[in-house]
Amino acid sequence: MSTPVSLPASIPLSQRLAARGIDGLTLLVVPAALFILGLFVYPFLYGLWLSFQPKVGGTFANYAKFFADPFLYGTIATTLWLALPVTLLNIVLAVPIALRVRHLRRQRLLTTILVIPITLGTVLVAEGLLNYLGPQGWFSRSLIALGLISKPLALLHNYWGVFISLLLTGFPFTFLLTLSYLSGLDPALEQAAATLGAGSWQRFRHIILPLLLAGLAITFCLSFVQAFSVFPSAVLLGAPAGPTRVISIAAYQAAFEDYDYSMASAIAMIMAVVQLAIVAALLFARGLIYRGATSGGKG
Amino acid sequence: MIRDTTLGAKLWITAVWAVIGFFILNLLAMIAAVVVSSFATRWLGTWFPLGWTTRWYTSAWEEFQLGDVLTVTFQVVFLVVFLSGLIGVPAAYAMARREFPGKRLVMLLFLLPLLVPPITFGIPLATVLYRAGLAGSMTGVVLANLVPTVPFVVLVMIPFVEQIDQRIEAAARVFGASTFQLFRYVLVPLLLPGILAALLLVLVRTIAMFELTFLTAGPTSQTLVVALYYAVFASGVRSVQSIDAMAVVYMITTLVWLLIALRFVNPTQIVARAKSEHAH
Repeated sequence: MSTPVSLPASIPLSQRLAARGIDGLTLLVVPAALFILGLFVYPFLYGLWLSFQPKVGGTFANYAKFFADPFLYGTIATTLWLALPVTLLNIVLAVPIALRVRHLRRQRLLTTILVIPITLGTVLVAEGLLNYLGPQGWFSRSLIALGLISKPLALLHNYWGVFISLLLTGFPFTFLLTLSYLSGLDPALEQAAATLGAGSWQRFRHIILPLLLAGLAITFCLSFVQAFSVFPSAVLLGAPAGPTRVISIAAYQAAFEDYDYSMASAIAMIMAVVQLAIVAALLFARGLIYRGATSGGKG
Repeated sequence: MIRDTTLGAKLWITAVWAVIGFFILNLLAMIAAVVVSSFATRWLGTWFPLGWTTRWYTSAWEEFQLGDVLTVTFQVVFLVVFLSGLIGVPAAYAMARREFPGKRLVMLLFLLPLLVPPITFGIPLATVLYRAGLAGSMTGVVLANLVPTVPFVVLVMIPFVEQIDQRIEAAARVFGASTFQLFRYVLVPLLLPGILAALLLVLVRTIAMFELTFLTAGPTSQTLVVALYYAVFASGVRSVQSIDAMAVVYMITTLVWLLIALRFVNPTQIVARAKSEHAH
């Protein structure tokens, strides 16, 4: 009896590799892997290294400068103050709507409409909102005509302009993800609960929510990370020097206005760390709240 | 479906539909406002413009050199589509068919560029491309855009490859097909629907990809979305209607491809790839 470990040396190397799953076909993965290593992993490591090579000062000078200057470290709070409420609101809106929509036979029209803002992207949404939300725009005009407000709402070049744009592009994303998770749940489970006399809230609380929680956690992470990296709408719709000076603006200015790539890399690394920290905190919290089967497949 | 007939349930359902209706109404009104403005002679302080004209399209075409910008956009987009297919499809095939040491690590390698937002990895990437003298040119823009699209093609294609009966490939091998012949005569024809879907999604995403193009483009390598950003950023210099006309051109460019793509894919697939990613 020979075990795979003690293959006789007379077997050619190619056959020994093939036995471990490496042959000519496996090598087809190499170009793609090298490409990502070269243009994603390497730049990230290079950026990390560069962030410790500041223009002036010691190794940690960039990070010290960032956390000493409120104009710089304040961007973390500014960005979180935008990204967290928007993401929460998106999830809170997406779950009940997805619960309703999953029963629709003709979901396709709705999902097609909702995919439009995602496809158009943040730049176009920002451009459109500049007109639509402006003091003479249809939004304020309609509210005045309905008698809900007396003078136009100030929705541009402040926090709310960016908030609304993040809602417009973020909600469809959150909703479509939630819908795809919901349609993966077995409807028989809910029907069984209904047969046993559970009301709609009880069914949601005790059947759907626990099964959906894993998906919701991932949806939250993906939506949050997108909202946290807000850039064009914060510049075009917000007040990029003040209330919506988000962290990506600080990174961009360091790189392309001050030409301090070292500082820009440091800010990009801080951005990545904050995103990672929120995602890790959420996944950790989910682990504390709920321990059990993480998916209710159709099986 | 379970039917709720209580008053509370009915009110709840009405509220849910009201929220969807309000959202879609605002979305469509926002798009309509751009289109109306682009055809307006003068639109200040009224519900609708005073008169209608198409001259903003000719002026936008000249002011923003839309002819050049569109040429660059499509050159970038088709290069990105072609290269991400060329690199991504074979990689997806290997990932679907072979178990090799370190496969989970390679999978992680393909997941990360899709999970990390473009602006976060775009800044170090742009720095490297500038140092290498590649940024500011078409090459740099294409390379930067390939970073998220290559893994995207790999992840979309893996389930398509897994659907193919392995015996078909085995038969081709028995008759002496080389790997290239296997791809040329067996796999590509069988995978065509999947390849088409993946590449159309890449196309739509690349037209709308702002951050990576913005960070790496020079004056002659701007795509339409970046040109639009600069136009809005410097608004005041040009008339609003002219910028709106450009925005309409951009919307048409994007939505035409979206409509074509939606013939082959489900709208949820555009975002829900993330779900299959996490299943691995």
